[in-house]
Amino acid sequence: MVGKTILEMQNISKVYSTGVVANQNVQFEIAEGEIHALAGENGAGKSTLMKVLFGIETADEGKVILDGQPIQIKSPLHAIEHGIGMVHQHFMLVPSLTVAENMMLGLEPKKHGLIDYRRAEAFTREVAEKYNLPIDPSAKVSSLPVGLKQRVEILKALSRGIRILILDEPTAVLTPQETEELFHQLLAFKEQGNTIIFISHKLGEIKQICDRITIMRAGKCMGTYDVSTVTEQEISSLMVGRDVILEINKKPVKRGEKVLEVKNVSQMHGQKKALNDISFNIHKGQILGVAGVEGNGQRELVNLLVGKTFVTDGEILINKVSLRGKNVKKIRQMKVSHIPEDRMIDGAASEASIEENIISDKNEAKYLNKGIFMNWKAIRMMVDKMIDYYRINCDSLRQPVGMLSGGNIQKVVAARELARRPEVVIANQPTRGVDVSAAEFIHGKLLELRDEGTATLLVSADLNEVLGLSDDLIVMHDGEIAAYFKDSAQVDEKELGMYMLGSEKMTKEEMGGLFDE
Amino acid sequence: MILEIIGTTSFWYAVLRVSTPIIFASLAAIVSNKAGVVNIGIEGTMLISSLIGVLISAFTQNVLVGVLAGILAGVLAALILAYCALHLKTDITLTGIALNLFASGGTIFLLYLVTGDKGMSGSLKSLVVPTVHIPVIKDIPVLGEIISGHNLLTYLAFLCVFLTFVLLYKLPVGLRIRAVGESEGAVASVGLNVIRIRCIALILSGIFSGLGGIFMSMGYVSWFSKDMIAGRGFIALAAEAMGRGTPLGTLIASIVFGFADALSNYLQSLQVPAELVMMIPYVTTVVGLLIYSIKRNSKNKFKKEGKNESKINSYVN
Amino acid sequence: MNKRNSSARFEIIRTAVAVAIAMLVAVVIIFSVSEEPVNALYNFIIGPFTSLRRIGNVIEMACPFIFTALAVCVMFQANQFSMIAEGSFFFGALCAAVAAIKLPEITGLSPIIALLIGTVAGGILGAIPGFFKAKWKTDEFVISLMLNYVALYFSLYLMNLLIRDASAGSKVSEKFQDSFQLINLIPGTRVHMGVILSILMIIIVYVFLYHNRWGYQLRMAGCNIKFAQYSGINTFAVILGSQIIGGCIAGLGGAVEMLGIYNRFQWTSLPNYGFDGITVAIIAKKSPKLVPIAALFLAYLRIGADIMSRSSDVPSEVISVIQSLVIVLIAANSFLSGFRHRMLVKESMKKPMVEGGNEA
Repeated sequence: MVGKTILEMQNISKVYSTGVVANQNVQFEIAEGEIHALAGENGAGKSTLMKVLFGIETADEGKVILDGQPIQIKSPLHAIEHGIGMVHQHFMLVPSLTVAENMMLGLEPKKHGLIDYRRAEAFTREVAEKYNLPIDPSAKVSSLPVGLKQRVEILKALSRGIRILILDEPTAVLTPQETEELFHQLLAFKEQGNTIIFISHKLGEIKQICDRITIMRAGKCMGTYDVSTVTEQEISSLMVGRDVILEINKKPVKRGEKVLEVKNVSQMHGQKKALNDISFNIHKGQILGVAGVEGNGQRELVNLLVGKTFVTDGEILINKVSLRGKNVKKIRQMKVSHIPEDRMIDGAASEASIEENIISDKNEAKYLNKGIFMNWKAIRMMVDKMIDYYRINCDSLRQPVGMLSGGNIQKVVAARELARRPEVVIANQPTRGVDVSAAEFIHGKLLELRDEGTATLLVSADLNEVLGLSDDLIVMHDGEIAAYFKDSAQVDEKELGMYMLGSEKMTKEEMGGLFDE
Repeated sequence: MILEIIGTTSFWYAVLRVSTPIIFASLAAIVSNKAGVVNIGIEGTMLISSLIGVLISAFTQNVLVGVLAGILAGVLAALILAYCALHLKTDITLTGIALNLFASGGTIFLLYLVTGDKGMSGSLKSLVVPTVHIPVIKDIPVLGEIISGHNLLTYLAFLCVFLTFVLLYKLPVGLRIRAVGESEGAVASVGLNVIRIRCIALILSGIFSGLGGIFMSMGYVSWFSKDMIAGRGFIALAAEAMGRGTPLGTLIASIVFGFADALSNYLQSLQVPAELVMMIPYVTTVVGLLIYSIKRNSKNKFKKEGKNESKINSYVN
Repeated sequence: MNKRNSSARFEIIRTAVAVAIAMLVAVVIIFSVSEEPVNALYNFIIGPFTSLRRIGNVIEMACPFIFTALAVCVMFQANQFSMIAEGSFFFGALCAAVAAIKLPEITGLSPIIALLIGTVAGGILGAIPGFFKAKWKTDEFVISLMLNYVALYFSLYLMNLLIRDASAGSKVSEKFQDSFQLINLIPGTRVHMGVILSILMIIIVYVFLYHNRWGYQLRMAGCNIKFAQYSGINTFAVILGSQIIGGCIAGLGGAVEMLGIYNRFQWTSLPNYGFDGITVAIIAKKSPKLVPIAALFLAYLRIGADIMSRSSDVPSEVISVIQSLVIVLIAANSFLSGFRHRMLVKESMKKPMVEGGNEA
């Protein structure tokens, strides 16, 4: 049953300086004491709408009405004063300060003008106890694991007396178990009469704890529905505008010979072992998935495979040739492609044009150069074809890549990496922050390559993606392979979570299939 | 020969004296760096303050008013820097370069307008901040000659090092400055105004720069001359980097540069070619920075990018 | 097409407005400071055009500006904020002077050899911050500033040691041997062959940056160094190379200036062409194509200010006010951005939004 409306956002419009229309005449209302999901693909405008609500952005048009009164939210301070708090997807914490210092920033208790650290820590402990989220006030934030960092974020919001809590994709970095814990806390918070806005595109979670759902698509509001009466299919179709196939269709493929061999690879990170005796093989026509909570060695593994760091302990072979001593350029020359985790940091230069981005790994190729001059005619012909083939939505190939939407930027990356028909693909979170149709497209391309014999390593925190796309998968925990599942389609998520968290670990025998010839 | 020089108390007295402007300037660098703003304009700010101090003290014949005017000039310069970099969002390096250009020509311009002097304030009877002879300490053998008898501003510089420490680590404003330098988002998320905090940091930076500039024209020498800061504002940036951004570390680094400066002054009076000798402070800075970055690099092999790196990256476009 | 064109148009408007505001401020200052403002202003604005010699002065002054601005363009496009152009210019000039005095004359080749020496000298100096940045991530900004002073004093020391004219009253060098001097192009002015060289340099730098794969790699590394590394580009080479190239161009500029305008080495302090190069590079938005216009413009302002200071009561230093204001306003990313934002909002609201697929 829906309570009375406490918050309304009317006719909100917002255009970013890049020209992207993030919100167009959006209507949004929430009722007291509900958990309200705000769903949509990446780029649909849900984050922007909440940034407007929290005062981080100002809307170009529209108004916000709280408890029947129109209010102006010009800054997060205003929002907090009105009882609106936000926990961001990317944590807003100061790493070198302690939990207590982060909590008390802006409200520092003073004694004779100097900061009273004892009172700050006491206050932090009080708040933690009140909401049953224990934390050590004197711990340096930089030393905390991701789940605890999020806890500090939540405590920070709660401690300032808010009654509407906005959570932006909170479970993106949590394990299944941590997610359950979070949901417990949220329900408890709701019992106390507070309201939660839950931004997500994970339909399963929305179904689990949300009362109502508002769907956004391409900057517009598509309507508000009761979660209990609307189906996942209906939600998806509203989000995308056509029936999105939630299942990924895969043909069974005959596996070829070994292409990528990783043998007893270890790596130290200071005193700790970041990678501990990792071994696996990938064959032609195989997609091996890597599941695991971020920070358990996946990044280090990928960095070794693409040449960002060097193998010193163990061996990595591609088509029987060792990677030892080879840098990024040489490894790329071995026909290894890499879709990086962070496209805006590694995968693209936002000020450079689409064509400049696409040729970055091929700029020295003979067919793109005429002696000491670059052959722009040949380059443009090639890039035009790629834009067509990958359906990249842009004004021209000279457009700066930064002006495209996330999905299109990822398609530029994919075009560069996949169009060269690589032998090995290292795909790291290939559809993170990408809209459903672009994600589908990229999945399609990866499967196409697989069918043609490419060996792919798919690292993904998106369980749907890693379970649906890969043939078999390994779980990484604490720098080790904790589990191996021969058939991704048969994997039980709860069981997977146990391995991801380190509660369980397979023995070498149980992982037998991993070392097949 | 060098050993003979180092052996005298008057040399070490000179070291403290000559370090003074560098200490002030490097404190200016610390405060703004901690807020995430690299203040390239310290050099220009010091130059402006040194002129204003001379002008005002000459016209009012009052030292205190002159000093205050110089400090105010430093604050104003810092505010202009803040406006350009924070509000107009001009790249901070370019803003600093513009400020230094402006100061270099603008001070000559103003001096000429006001006094008709071109390039040096010869005709002005500007005042000097007094020296202090500390009662008991001045009679201590060796140490007394080194420590007592300095310009008031020299003692102030050392006091400011302590004050900066208290400011940054014990006061709320210092906590916020450190927070804003590491994570703008964290500061914004609790409703604080990022720009305001950075502005405050720049104002403090301006005060220290002002004091450094005033010392140059009202303590070190008693006149203003063209480009008299001679790169000390930049040496201060190096000192801050080498001191790892801590007040104490930066103090030590500043004194090292003061040592080089004093040495070069002494050597000039001997037969060593003047030009070679004048290179000494700058070569010292270069060597110091090189050693520092080599050491830092080998330590940080496994850590993520340091603060300085990300600041440099923020110079993009 | 729309977005890109309106963006380019906007940049031109913004540059023009920035320059206009700076000029307006200068006019205000002149009026408030001078007893005869109209005369001063006339000399400032019209002065440079009033005689062949003066027009020549503008062209002569633009020449070193072009060299240092090109050096800065290359380095800034690689995202290397080295200030070494000043020091490389000075050291390059000194080495060319030494060559012009000490080396045996070879007809036809003399100036070329001297220019080459100056180029190499500038490059060696530029390599120092470049190497340390590439190898140990040393901040090139402060080190290059310090090295400028080192270059100054070291050059003066060398001058004293090697080529000082003992019979002269002040600290100047001996005269250069005739064959080393650059030919005069326009009689009645001091415009010399170096001007042709500067134009050549513009073309070379432009082609290098936009039509050669190493220039492309340099620009990509400048846009996003992690992206460049990920793509297999040798970023060590870019960091070091861009600073060496910058030093070389600046060194060449110094050598050209020395052999084109002077017949002795007579500088006793840094002539500041390096920082002027930065101003020009910023006005030219780091693009080699726009450097000649920006260089001529700054030279025009400088000569104008000089003429004004000699025929009226306004000192030429007023130019530093203009220069600094221009830098700040042009490089200000937020300047007029409110206006631009409204332009964008209007444009974008008109287009139908389609996600994925091709545009409707």
